[in-house]
Amino acid sequence: MDLLDVVRGPLLGFALLVFVLGTLWRLIAILRLPRRPDLSPPREGAPSLAWGALRAIVRGLWPRRGFGPSAAVITFNGYVFHIGLALVVFGYAPHIAFIQRLTGLHWPALPDAVLALAAGASIVSLLMALWMRRTDPVRRLISDADDYVSWTVVFLPLITGMAVISESSASLPMHGEVLARGPLALHLLSVELLLIWFPFGKLMHALLFAFSRGATGMRFSHRGVDA
Amino acid sequence: MNATTTSTATTATKPGFDRQGTAGDSARLDAALSSFVSDFSVTVGLHLEACVHCGLCAQACHFHMATGDPRYTPIYKLEPFRRAYQRQASPFAPLVRALGLVKAPTIDDLQQWQELIYDACTMCGRCTIACPMGIDIAELIRDARHGMFKAGLIPDRLALMDRTARQWGSPATPAEDLPDILAETAAEHGVAIPCDLPQADVLVTAAPAELGEHTAALAAAAKIMNHLGLRWTLHQGGFDASNIGFNNGDLELQEQLTRALIDTALKIGAHTVLLPECGHAYGAARWDAARWYGKALPVRVIHMTEFLDEQIAAGRLQVDPIGETATFHDPCQIVRRGGLEAAARRVLAALGFELIELEAHGITGLCCGGGGGVVSNQRAAPLRHKVFAIKQQQIDATGAQHFVTSCGQCRITFEMGARHAGWTKPTESLLELVADRLRVAPQPAAIAQKA
Repeated sequence: MDLLDVVRGPLLGFALLVFVLGTLWRLIAILRLPRRPDLSPPREGAPSLAWGALRAIVRGLWPRRGFGPSAAVITFNGYVFHIGLALVVFGYAPHIAFIQRLTGLHWPALPDAVLALAAGASIVSLLMALWMRRTDPVRRLISDADDYVSWTVVFLPLITGMAVISESSASLPMHGEVLARGPLALHLLSVELLLIWFPFGKLMHALLFAFSRGATGMRFSHRGVDA
Repeated sequence: MNATTTSTATTATKPGFDRQGTAGDSARLDAALSSFVSDFSVTVGLHLEACVHCGLCAQACHFHMATGDPRYTPIYKLEPFRRAYQRQASPFAPLVRALGLVKAPTIDDLQQWQELIYDACTMCGRCTIACPMGIDIAELIRDARHGMFKAGLIPDRLALMDRTARQWGSPATPAEDLPDILAETAAEHGVAIPCDLPQADVLVTAAPAELGEHTAALAAAAKIMNHLGLRWTLHQGGFDASNIGFNNGDLELQEQLTRALIDTALKIGAHTVLLPECGHAYGAARWDAARWYGKALPVRVIHMTEFLDEQIAAGRLQVDPIGETATFHDPCQIVRRGGLEAAARRVLAALGFELIELEAHGITGLCCGGGGGVVSNQRAAPLRHKVFAIKQQQIDATGAQHFVTSCGQCRITFEMGARHAGWTKPTESLLELVADRLRVAPQPAAIAQKA
């Protein structure tokens, strides 16, 4: 049993366990905090709270005008990173094969050229994000250890993943054996690090954004604010 | 009643922050933390947990825009509150405490943050709109203020107004002076203003300025109510809707002032409480009041702007159009946090204005800079004036003949800013414009005479 066998076997199981239990724990603990129901009568004609929440979740997907060029740059960079990452995670054939092994679900892969572009864009946008965090006085002030740990655990899988790629993804499932066991083990290890960190840091925003936007959406729609 | 907030001695101990009362540092810290913990609800938790530290809220804050000071980043203003949450109520709080992952807030932190929470935040909520996570920072600042008040760590000027309002029911005037003020206003403006009627359908309320320098607005409200033939009154039992407790973070006072309005309305059999042109009055009475009763209020609470809109829409109020250009300042608590963006514009349209919108308007409009008590907090004046300059530039850029708003506190802020900047454009009240242009139907006797 080499390192790859360990990270593919017991370590992966452990990481997934921490990811699932930790995420559930954090979500449930927040949702179990006391509730303060809004007893005021809603604005006449206000949509339902569920609709208000859904609308805010969707509306938040694109930025608002009027908050300056710096806001536009931050937003654009965020889009590049998130879209690029999503394409790499869900569009790369070996990732799909990995997900299929875990869940049974699969779908067609994206061309390698698209994935190379997506991965490159994600890496550049992550470096941009780090540079802005270090140089912009606002972001430097509000950043904490979580920001840098989270950045690192997202950056590592991208970099180690690039190191694994040595041939066309179309050929990989065919021979069925792993050529670069060491680099792949490191890549998987970095992914497991991300999974383990996810429930404890700001990566949880991947789930919390919906709850957070939804809560404000309910408050605003109740008041008839067209936000 | 909190001992730390009711002491007679109020002294500034150090530039940058004030302390009320004689409680020791430890007692103050405990009071603040205990209040913070009582405010850690599910929404607070979701919002504090969801922040990704993107800093976009800074781009939305007029205090940051005006100064470039990173400390005025809205989410940073919540730092002691956030740290208290992480240590006391977050999902991993025991771990956070045991490993010392998050520093506990200290009395020094609270004192240093007083300026950020009171002087440099109007709770306007523009940051809430900008936040990609939808974090309602303005509401979190309100929660943080609850703790600061309990700790006796609010600006002295606001503490003075707080004590006055606890005694008088208003920071402007004692209730027993109300009949005289109304009589003088009625005589000056030639309009009947009923006071303390035992029975009425509508309880009309005022903002502090309307009992002082803006009595024309009170007279305008009276003129419209009389024109509509409604059975209405102002009442010593509950007359000032501005609710300084809402701004200061004094929940006890907020409840006291809220109950004064609602209980008085119930006592005289009113079905409606009509709020003045005041933003925080709307926030306190329209959206917060029910929490003190544990159920929906038995009376309707309505802002003057939506009242005018409804009466105009129903054809009960008709106005002669002015037919000039105007720009409109959207008061934050009424529009961004109150939902009355369209109502104000319908009233402006009825007045025949050609509306030229400000560069930032509607729910993304810039705050006047004086909300949340900042207008009353004289030590914040230099900062407020910097914010005013941005607004002034946007107003001038429209080239509009009229500058209109629907909040008396915003008007005062603009008037103070204008005086400081030597700016001569008057800030007009939507209510007063409607009252001035009220089309009075010919009396039956006049019609007969003409015939």
